[in-house]
This record gives sequence, structure tokens and C-alpha cells, in this order.
Amino acid sequence: MCGIVGLHLRNPELHPRLGELLTGMLIEMQDRGDESAGVAVYGDPRWSPPGHMTVSFVPDAASRDLSSGISEHDAMTALSQALGSPVEVVDAGPTLVAHGPRSVGAGAMRDAIMTAFPKALIAGFGEHLAVLKGVGHPRDLAEAYGLPKAQGWQGVGHTRMATESAVVAGGCHPYTVGPDQCLVHNGAFHNFASVRRHLREKGITFYSQNDTEVGAWFVADRLAEGYDIETALKELLDTFDGGYTLLVSNTESFAVVRDAIALKPAVIAEHPDWVAVASEYRALVQLPGIDDALIYEPEPERIYAWTR
Amino acid sequence: MDAMTETKVRELDLSETTLRAVNSLLQGRSVEGVDPLEAGESVVIRHARGAHAVAVGMDDPRRVVIQGSVGYFAAGMNQQAEVVIEGSAGVGVAENMMSGIVRVLGNASQSAGATAHGGLLIIKGDAGARCGISMKGVDIVVGGSIGHMSAFMAQAGRLVVRGDAGDALGDSIYEARIYVRGAVKSLGADCVAKEMRPEHVAELEELLTAAGFDDDPHEYTRYGSARKLYNFNVDNHSAY
Repeated sequence: MCGIVGLHLRNPELHPRLGELLTGMLIEMQDRGDESAGVAVYGDPRWSPPGHMTVSFVPDAASRDLSSGISEHDAMTALSQALGSPVEVVDAGPTLVAHGPRSVGAGAMRDAIMTAFPKALIAGFGEHLAVLKGVGHPRDLAEAYGLPKAQGWQGVGHTRMATESAVVAGGCHPYTVGPDQCLVHNGAFHNFASVRRHLREKGITFYSQNDTEVGAWFVADRLAEGYDIETALKELLDTFDGGYTLLVSNTESFAVVRDAIALKPAVIAEHPDWVAVASEYRALVQLPGIDDALIYEPEPERIYAWTR
Repeated sequence: MDAMTETKVRELDLSETTLRAVNSLLQGRSVEGVDPLEAGESVVIRHARGAHAVAVGMDDPRRVVIQGSVGYFAAGMNQQAEVVIEGSAGVGVAENMMSGIVRVLGNASQSAGATAHGGLLIIKGDAGARCGISMKGVDIVVGGSIGHMSAFMAQAGRLVVRGDAGDALGDSIYEARIYVRGAVKSLGADCVAKEMRPEHVAELEELLTAAGFDDDPHEYTRYGSARKLYNFNVDNHSAY
């Protein structure tokens, strides 16, 4: 089943409340999947301070604990040593969020993480993005991540009921395969193995068995070839078979698309202060001004996008 | 209305009373610490906040007003009761309704009135995909438009649409009758436009009036089964 939520804040006065609002939305979707839950937050000054490259990682990909068991100080020391330049680390429960000078680059940061923590899972990377993953109940994970206190302009979340792959941190959404890009998915891709084979031939390495990761790489591959997000998603609709609602985000935009026969649910609410998406309306009820929002269900195969 | 004949109204607040307790009361079961509903006593349900399965399984003549929007399967399996949803409804509103009236003042999501056997479902706004899917005798009147695959395998009953219909209307339809005022994006297999005979104009006028609309029935087109799928066509055997 799975649940997805997304919140794009138009009014900067609401930025300090992003985490609080996203937490409420995520917890409301726990009935759609309570095996694991992941979130991506854009613009939190603690996790991804401006001018830095941020890489989020789960130090032991096989861990099922709500805490990584590694202190910020130990992680900082290990990463700074591996990288050869200073790295800051923020503890976010099962995930650690590391940021270093932007000039270092995401590749070098990822290499340093894999050197210091060979069993790590890279959850996400970018200049503005923190991606938090873990295994457990959405309510417990939101608390462990410190999500209620997060700030920023945009966030997406996912509550997971596994269908295509194991319940491990690597199977937890959102999937970030390009800088500051994110994809969450409610539903299943049925022909993902065929698409994955094609992408592997192009040299792409997958870090999980998950079908959604294939979707994320597919979009990233098309974007890298110069497609805009709308064209990339149109091609995804033509290529992937299954029932799905997707929420795709980057620093500038936020897009929603549904499969050809609208098999999976989605509700959009637009308000002058924000745009929100969720699998079900009840996840949106607590948003400020919901009674004044324009609420509708996206039509199948139509791409809805909002830009900052 | 004078004080003697005024109907009693019970207020039930879903932020204070559990959904199970509210539904139990509405179904005539006893709930500890709460007086049972009297025969015909009206109910107002507050703070629905998108909850699923609100006011399902009722079997008494009673008016129930739900304030706010509801989640999935609201007023499902309804018999006899009159339900007003003062917001929008999620997937499967009034699914498998047997009798009574369900009125949605906002929009409805997918599969509104699915498999319903009787009663009247009125949706003031739009309905999503699969409206009236497998309907078995219910009457559905939609104030706005409906989505794709509506009245799929519809067996009996009437579906009235004041706006437009999406793709594949009435696919594999049996004997239900569909009336659409606006455009139909495409017709499903075995669904065809049919002549509006006087009896159809009369029944459509009756349905519109019952739902509180005063459109001219002559603006509508009737759709129904071409009855070509009723028997196996031997020419198609290679397709199986």
C-alpha cells in the first residue's frame, strides 16, 4: 500500500514549521505502511547549512535500530580523517547527516563515508537536502530523526508497506540518485527488472533491490541527457508498467504524476501559502488554512508541477 | 415546526468519541456510557477530518449530517438512512448502498456508489473515476463531471451526469441506463448512445427533481448496452 506526503511552502513565515507539519502528515499515513518511513527535507539550516555539500547516510545499512549508535564526534573524526578536510555531522537517529565545504563535492564526501563506514548506505546528497531513512514505526522514526524541529521550504515523506523488496533501510524511500533530487512512490512498478537491466547496461549501479530506485535512476538518467522534468516523467509513464503515484522533487520544483488508470490514490491541496500532496485527504487536514485550499485529485498521466 | 414535533438531534464528535462507538450507535448497538439513539433521532457528526468508514452499515430511517470531508467508504452499505456529507468524500462513498439517500455537497473520489443495489446517491460536485462501477440498481446523480471507467459492468440502476464523462464510459455494461448532458470522452466496449423515448425523458426528469436539479431532460443523451457481449461470438474465438 504505502503512503506518501509532500509539502512545498510558498510563504517563508511557515518555513520554521516545516518539520512539525510534515511530521503530522507522515504520522497520519502510518496506517498505509508502518514498516519503515523516510523523509527528505530541503533547506534545514542545521542539516544542510547554505554553502555546504550535505550527504546523509545510514552507517550500517543492515541496522534496524532507531539510533546509529555512533556519536556525532566519532563520526566527524572518522570522516574528517578519511576526507582530509573538516566535516560536520548531525545525529538524526538511524541516519547521520554530514556536511563539508561545497568545494569538496558529493563524490569525495561519499567516498570518505564508504571508507570510514564500509557497510554504509548513502541516503541522499545535495547542497540543500537531508534524506533520513530507517526501519521502524513512522511515529518512532519521526521522533528519532528529530523531524518535528526541522525547518525549510520543502519536504517529502513516505510510509512503507513493502511489496517488491526487503524491509531494510535501503528499501526505504525517498530515493535520491542525483544531487538534491528526490523520488517517493506509492504503488509498484511491475517491469522494473527489465528497465533496471537496460540502465545497468548504461553503467548505473543500484544499491538496493527496490523498484522505486529504478524509477529514480530512470528519471535521473533522462535529466542527465538534458530532458526537463516534465518530459522525463512522460517517458517514465510510457516505460513503466504498474499502479503508482509518484512525487518527484528538486530544489526548485515539486511534481506529481499518476499511472494511466489512476490505480493509486493521491490528493492535492493548493493554498496561497503552500502546496501539499498526500495519499489521503486526512493527512492534509491539519495544515494551516486547509478549509480555504483548493483540493482535488490529480488526473491519470497528467504531470502537475510547482516551481519556487 | 413547533416544539412538539421538532426532531431530536444528537451531536457526536469524532474528536471525542471513537469512530467505532459512533458507528455502533448508528447501527443500533449499545455503547457503554452513551444513551442509545431513539427511533428517528437525527445525528450530526462533527470533526470527520477525513476519517474512513464514517456512518457505515446503518439500517434505520434516520437523518445523519456529517460535517467536513470524509475518507473512504462513507455511508457504505446504507439502508434507509438519509446521509448528508457537508464536504467531499473519499473512495467508495455509499458503496453497496441498499436503500436510502446519500448526498455529498462537495466532490467524490473514485468508485462512488460502487456495487450499490438501491437508494439514491447525489454528488453535487464532480465524481472521480469508476463512478457507479458494477452498480446493481442504485440511482446516482452527479452535479458535475465523472472520471474514466464509470459505470463499468453496470448491471442495473440509473446514472445521471450533468457535466461530462471521462474515457470508457459504460464499458461492458449490462442493463443500467446512463444519461449524460455534456461530452463523453469515449465509450467503453458495448456501450452505445440510444434514443430518448418519452419514458426516458420522464424518468430522467424524476431523477433530476429528486436530486434537486431543474435541467431540461431533452439536453441529455441516453447510453446503454448494445447487448453484443451477452453471447459469445464465435468469430472472436482466436482472441482467447
